[in-house]
This record gives sequence, C-alpha cells and structure tokens, in this order.
Amino acid sequence: MRPSQLLAAPPTPVAGSRRPAWLLALAGLVLLGFVLDIALGPVRIPVMAVIKILLGQAVDNSAWTFIVREIRLPKALTAVAVGSGLAVSGLQMQTLFRNPLAGPSVLGLTAGAGLGVAAVMLAGGSVANSFAIRALGVGGSWSLVLAATAGAALVMALVLALSARVRDNVVLLIVGLMIASVTGAIVSLWQYFSAPEQIQEYLLWTFGSLGGVVGSHLAVLATVVGVGLVLAFASAKPLNALLLGENYARSMGLVVGRSRTLIIASTSLLAGAITAFCGPIGFVGIAVPHLTRALLRTADHRLLLPGSCLAGAALTLACDCVTQLPGSQISLPLSVVTSLLGAPVVLWVVLRRQNIRSSLS
Amino acid sequence: MPLPSFAPLLTAADLVVGYTAKKTPRPVAGPLQLHLWPGELVCLLGPNGAGKSTLLRTLAGLQPPLSGQLVMGGTALAALSAPERARQLSIVLTDRIDAGNLTVLELVRLGRHPHTGWLGGLSAHDEAQVQAALVATGTEAFAPRPVGELSDGERQKVLLARALAQDTPVVLLDEPTAHLDLPNRVALMRLLHGLARQTGKAILLSTHELDLALQAADRIWLLPAEGALRTGTPEDLVLSGSFAAAFAREGLAFDPATGTFALHAPTGPAVQLVGDGAAAFWTRRALEREGFVPTTALANLRVTAPHAAQPTWVSQAAGQPPQAHTTVEDLLQALKQLTVT
Repeated sequence: MRPSQLLAAPPTPVAGSRRPAWLLALAGLVLLGFVLDIALGPVRIPVMAVIKILLGQAVDNSAWTFIVREIRLPKALTAVAVGSGLAVSGLQMQTLFRNPLAGPSVLGLTAGAGLGVAAVMLAGGSVANSFAIRALGVGGSWSLVLAATAGAALVMALVLALSARVRDNVVLLIVGLMIASVTGAIVSLWQYFSAPEQIQEYLLWTFGSLGGVVGSHLAVLATVVGVGLVLAFASAKPLNALLLGENYARSMGLVVGRSRTLIIASTSLLAGAITAFCGPIGFVGIAVPHLTRALLRTADHRLLLPGSCLAGAALTLACDCVTQLPGSQISLPLSVVTSLLGAPVVLWVVLRRQNIRSSLS
Repeated sequence: MPLPSFAPLLTAADLVVGYTAKKTPRPVAGPLQLHLWPGELVCLLGPNGAGKSTLLRTLAGLQPPLSGQLVMGGTALAALSAPERARQLSIVLTDRIDAGNLTVLELVRLGRHPHTGWLGGLSAHDEAQVQAALVATGTEAFAPRPVGELSDGERQKVLLARALAQDTPVVLLDEPTAHLDLPNRVALMRLLHGLARQTGKAILLSTHELDLALQAADRIWLLPAEGALRTGTPEDLVLSGSFAAAFAREGLAFDPATGTFALHAPTGPAVQLVGDGAAAFWTRRALEREGFVPTTALANLRVTAPHAAQPTWVSQAAGQPPQAHTTVEDLLQALKQLTVT
C-alpha cells in the first residue's frame, strides 16, 4: 500500500475513465496484502507456499498448512471483513450526517459494545476469566461477543427509535455523541471501582485484535458483515440523493425516513459486530472513506462503496502485516497501528488537496 | 385569464401553510387560493416573514399544509407517492451544497433520481435529458468541473439544470437570484422566462427583485405580511394599486408612472422639469436623489433638459438669469447654490 504514489497524479482533470483501473488496483492490493498477511508472523512462511496452500495444493511442511488453515487464513479473512465493514459504515455515516468527522463510533455503537464488554469483564470477572482470554485470544469468548453485541444492539435500538422522531440528522449526531459519552462515563466509573487485574483484561480488549475469530465466530462475523454490506450497497442510490441534503433528497422522491433507517441498520450491524469480535478499531472507519474519495475523485456511491470496501480491506491487511514486526516474536495492538500509520496518511491527503471541503463529502 | 382549454398544473384551495410547534398550529399564510398554469413564469413576491419559503416548501411537499387542498395534475398531492410527486414537481432550494467532489455532470444526473431503477443507473433517455438540461441552462461547458469550484451564478444555473433534468411539469425556485450580481440576475430571469415559454413548464420562483419580477413575470403572486394574497399580471397589479399597497407598510413608495420604488424621500423645493426622453428621465432621477420634487407644473425653480436644439442643461430661478450646464453634476451644484441663497 503506497498511497503517496497513487495520489501523485495531477489533481485537476477528472479522470473518469481511470476509475475502474483504480478499483482493479485496489483489488490487487487486497490480494497482495492477503497473501503477505498470511506469510508474515512468528513463523515466516514463503509466499509461494502460502499460495499453494490457499489453492489447496500439498506442501512439504505440514505445520505450515496447519498454521495457514487454522490461524492465519481466519485472521486474514477477519481483517478483510473488519476493514471493508468499518470503511463502508464510515462512508455511510459521513454521507448521512453530511459530516466529514462522522464514523462508526459517532452513533455510540462502539461505546455500547464497550459497555457490554465492560459489564461482563468488570462486574463478573468469573465468566470471562483471564484464562479464557489468553487461551482463545481476546475475541475468543462467546460471552464477550454476546455482551458486546447486546451493548451495540441496545444503543442501535435507541438510536433507531430516536431517528424516527428526530427529523434533523445533526441532532441525531449529537444524540449519538451524548450516548457515547454516557456509556464511556459508566465504563470509567466501573473501572474506578474494579480490581486492577479486571481492568487489565478490559484494556486488552480495547487494543483490538483480529486473532481468535475462528470457526463459528468467523462464520457469524462474516454473515453479519455480509448482510450489512448488502444493505449498504442497496443504499447506494439513496446515499447519492442524500449528497445534496435531506430536503433535496426528499424533493427527488426519496423516502428519507425509510432510507435513513436502512443506513443506520447497516452501519449498526457492521460496527456492532466488528467491535464485538475484534474490539474498538479506530481510524479505519473515518479515514478510508476520505482516502477513497481522494483516490477515485467522485462522490458517486456506486463507486465509493466498492472502493471503500477494497481500500478498507487493503489498509487493515497492511496494518495487520505491520503489527507482526518483522524479525520479532512480538505483535503490536492493531488499533495502535491503524492510528499510527493511518492518521499521517489522511493528514497528508487532506493538506495536499488544499481545499479541505473537496475531500470531504 | 388563461384560455379555458388549459388545465392548471397545480391548484391550491383554502391552503393554510405554517408550522406545528408543540402541537399548536402556527399558520404563516393563508387561506390561499392558487393556480399554476402551464407555460407561465410566476414570481412570488412579499416581504421577509410573509411565508414565501414556507409556501414553496409546502407546494413541494417538503412540509405538510396545516389545512386545505393541494391538487397536482388532477390528483391530490397527499395521495401521490414520493417518487410520483418528484416526477411532477422539482425545486431549487437555498440549501448549501457541500459536495466538493461532486462534478456538475454528476449533480445534474442526480435529477434523474425519480426516473431510475433501484441502483440509479441511467438509460440513454436519461442521459439525453441530462444533456438537454445542461444545454438549456448553458452549463454544458463546465460539466466536468467540481461543484465546489463554481461561482455563485454558475452554481445557480447548475442547480436549475438539475431541476430541469428531473423533467417535471412544475419547477419551483426559492430565491434563485439571491447572491447573484445584476447581470447574472437578469440572465437567470431571462432564461427562466424563455424556458417557461419553450417547454410549457410552470415555473414559480420567490424573489426580492421587484423590478426584475415586474419585467419578467407572466403573473405575480403578491404575499403581504398581513392581508390576502393577490395574484395577477404585473401590469394589472400595478395599475390597480395592489402592488403599491402591498409594500406601503414597508415604507416603500412605489411610483406606478416609472415602475420603480422611490429610494429618496423628498425634502427640498419643487423643480419644474422641462423636456422628455432619456435626458429628462435621468435628470429627474438626479433631482429626486438630491431631495427635489420634480414636477411638470410651474415652480420657482426650472430645469430644462438637453434636447436637439440645446445641448446643455439650463437652470433658472424665478427673477434670475438662466444658467447653462454641461453635466448633471454642474446642474446639481448650481441648484444647491440657488436653494441656499
């Protein structure tokens, strides 16, 4: 992933004919990142061997086959689901709220999931004990997943109910921020009165991790993200109409309330499920839509949705590769890497465009 | 009255527009009886707060009427589905467009929204409509440019193109001439007038440009802050005094003889103005600006405007010799001297 090269093209002409080429290039990056992500790790596996194993061919080293099939392939698939899901939910939020700072976390969904996790870890401690977490990875406990999903779903139900009554999207945005603030405060209060070792487990979850989402967990995550993405792609036309604001959208025959419910449902499914399984992963949701817009130079969601999917997946895979720290056994927390790598990239893109407005919606 | 063979495109009967705050209806205007006929450019005039925007938003279905009926092409507006209504009526709003990456072409294509399938793909017919809208508004040259880079006048034309691409019999525009300079305002009104005539669309716009509206509108809807709405051709409204009455409360004096609003209150003495044509017209304006009261009757001061036999202005106070002036500036200077002494 070298956005600096991709963006070096002169900014003025609208390169409409080059857009399919960009999408193809992004798809290529996803494939590259996918293979690299599987190859890298504490046990370095040659790329050719990875490709052979992925294609179902036999390789000499049976340990490699096991590592790829049981650990790294699920992790790479999770990265794809997480990246595309967060990016698409961020894109939908930014268009719906006409706000460049909107992201999956603004509706309080991430905070709701965090509250669910905190409830399990800090209140009980026995259900999700440290053994289960270390043995199965951070996302590996069903109780955590259920609690996080319940927390996100609770917030989502609240937001959906409010969105039916509140006509103004900006008001809804503020409501989401307040919900996030309240749930954050409850979690802080909980931490304040908890034992240090319980807080440590919760903190571990907040670092975010793609590991541990295997088997039935992966199936559930993939299904939910799949449904969320289908809903998002079905919203491409309403999202385009909403580019001009709700009044214009309504005047062009859009049933705004219904479309908004669909968009919020899609975002909630994507952000809620991903946060539940992998922890709060920052930056991807807010930044990838901006990168995609800068790259494709369009506001058409029929291009931006697949573009964000691919860019999100590629970026998350790339970040996951970096977490493996070449030549070391340590792996860094994913959310730290996404923010450290991604924020400067977005800053550079936005400043390079000079006109901040043009890179926003 | 229009020919009886025409059916109105949009009819409002006993329409009351306004808001509902805390379950109490807050009427802004009404009850209104309105007809919008095909091929007509209608200007909605009225002071701020009279409810022009509220009326337009209600006609467009963006907010429900408090009471009364709205009939669109034979069907009650409330009975139309959102896409059906969007195929009957398009609107250009004053809302800001914050879509920097959107190109002009993409923006105008959005107008085809109520005509396309669930994915929003455009057919050859849709593309033809988009091109026609760009050509009609003279915006085809900047089709590939991002909307964020347009000037105010260009953006207004592009927004009109989007409404035209929506291909509706009725087009509403909320203050399209705001933020435009004079040449752009005139060009836009000329464009709208031509469009109404050529396409048979009914075009309704709200504006504060009274002079332009009087010249361009086929019909004027006059919405005073208080009192009933008056409709009619600009000339009928002017000659019947309705136009002057509607703005009298605003402290604006409308002069039916010139079709303009007096900007300056008279403070000085009467001046007899002799002459005709452009020179006399502009001399009169200069005199009014200085507070004189130009009149055709005899007065202590007399000014003769230049004409074929006499290339200069001549001023004369009673019992004094006449003076000649080569410019209006000199004339005003001399008149001031005369009134001081």
